[in-house]
Amino acid sequence: MLTYVVKRLLVAVPTLLAVLTVVFFFVRIAPGDPAFIILGDQASPQALAALRHELGLDQPMIAQYADFMTMVLSGDLGSSLVTHQSVWGEVAKVLPYTIELTIAALAIGTVLGLPLGVVAARRRNETIDYVARFLSLLGLSFPAFVSAILLLLAFAIELRWFPVISEARANDPMSRLSALVLPALNLGLIMVAYVMRVARSSMLGVLGEDYIRTARSKGVPARMVIWRHALRNALIPVVTVVGLYLGVLIGNSVLTEIVFNRPGLGKLIVNSLNQRDYTTLEGLMVIYAFFIVIANLLTDLAYGLVDPRVKRQ
Amino acid sequence: MTMLAATRETGALARLGRSLLRNKMASFGGGIVLLMALGAVFAPWLSPHDPLEQDVLLRLAGPSADYPLGNDSFGRDILSRILWGGRVSLYVSTVSVLIAIVLGGALGILSGYIGGLFDRITMAAMDVLLSFPTLVMGLLVVAMLGPTVGNLILAITLTAIAPFARIARAPTLTIKERDFIEAGRALGFSNLRIMVVHILPNVVDEILVMASLWLATAIRTEASLSFIGLGVRPPTATWGGMIREGFENILDQPLLAVFPSIAILIVMFGLNMLGDGLRDTSDPKLRHE
Repeated sequence: MLTYVVKRLLVAVPTLLAVLTVVFFFVRIAPGDPAFIILGDQASPQALAALRHELGLDQPMIAQYADFMTMVLSGDLGSSLVTHQSVWGEVAKVLPYTIELTIAALAIGTVLGLPLGVVAARRRNETIDYVARFLSLLGLSFPAFVSAILLLLAFAIELRWFPVISEARANDPMSRLSALVLPALNLGLIMVAYVMRVARSSMLGVLGEDYIRTARSKGVPARMVIWRHALRNALIPVVTVVGLYLGVLIGNSVLTEIVFNRPGLGKLIVNSLNQRDYTTLEGLMVIYAFFIVIANLLTDLAYGLVDPRVKRQ
Repeated sequence: MTMLAATRETGALARLGRSLLRNKMASFGGGIVLLMALGAVFAPWLSPHDPLEQDVLLRLAGPSADYPLGNDSFGRDILSRILWGGRVSLYVSTVSVLIAIVLGGALGILSGYIGGLFDRITMAAMDVLLSFPTLVMGLLVVAMLGPTVGNLILAITLTAIAPFARIARAPTLTIKERDFIEAGRALGFSNLRIMVVHILPNVVDEILVMASLWLATAIRTEASLSFIGLGVRPPTATWGGMIREGFENILDQPLLAVFPSIAILIVMFGLNMLGDGLRDTSDPKLRHE
């Protein structure tokens, strides 16, 4: 297992380096002078030159690139152009909110989605299957901000079960929890739709296998066959989808944070875009891409864990 | 060999057409999408009012006989704006998915057919593109280059190419080992001819399934960017932009956000049904059942 982990890690390194390179050039393809954009047309030439120097824009592109790579690889993301605090500090302030939201959504998605998918596969073409499939198709059709607005409209504005503007106090667990419920439901329910679909179709594939028939014919109880023998193999595609889903989840959490006016990475990226805070933007892109590369890595490793055959290849 | 190839090709397309008609889900979904697309295309003739015409007296007015879906915060007709907004959504998503199909499909088939170093480099590049979440890529491209239709298309295409390249490459790898490809080579067919005439028809099914699902993703991304404020600039009507305006006035007039939301939901639901139905009929494992 260890050699497998090391091998996969080594494959992820060039991807990560390429991703960093893309981020660097992306932020620099913007037409116009960033210093001019940041300071506006009222700025004095001295101020512009000073800011250009601060940003390293007076250096040749290659030098800038080398600086960027060494900084990022040594774990330094620089400091925000707007608040002048370190980007890591800005991220650390809001990261707990994004993490609690993501974990809650993942929990809702798998805990509800997996059993639903299994049941739908077992009762294929029965009413429960059709209902589950219809609901999952509907769930997939919701852009995250649309579902967020409808949840807000129904449960905060009409029913008044939750505050419209969640003013969660960080040190009060109850207010923090009540501020988490609607955003987590929003992300979680969309994810249920994804997980349920994959679990269903993967389960259908496995249920047709010979070894399932063997298990049945030798008298293994149906429940054991489904939850022990079949689900184990059906899990592999589900794990992949959950891993690949991270990209969608990140996009959806950006939208959810905006609608519920919740602090988090998504709010941070939109704010830094609006304020032309290039260093924060760069840092966030690096963090997001890093998350995705790591998630792909973990997905592959989880593959090996669920299916021992993968390791041996 | 040519005859065989021809039957293969028409076989694939005809099968698709047949299955589209036979599969209730696919045809229902396709019908919904077609209706919404027609609404957008014929918006200039269908919309009862000018989508940009303001009327302060009708600010946030509810539905009335003259304005069936009510008026927005500038007193503009919501129904007309939804019809016009569909043009932006459908144009951006269709064009970006078409470009992604052509570029991604070509890259995938080339990469799978040539193999070796070219394949490794192409797929590594696709991995890099896949490391950016669709919406984050969109945010970055549009914020950096400016909120124009062209940049929206560029942003969505950039994230859509990689999935199409992957889905075209996988079957190419197995098909190129098959005997009929070997026979084609023995007959002296050019590589281009083998790829276009013999491999392409075999990946078309999967690409079409993926296209309908990616159209939904593209519409979602365009709407999300407009909602964040990075879409085509106001006063042009876009669904995401209308929802944004509705959200700002949600306490005064909730319907403002609800109607364009329903429009997006209908199109997305139709596209998802179409994609699902097509997948059921094009998946050989399920076809025989």
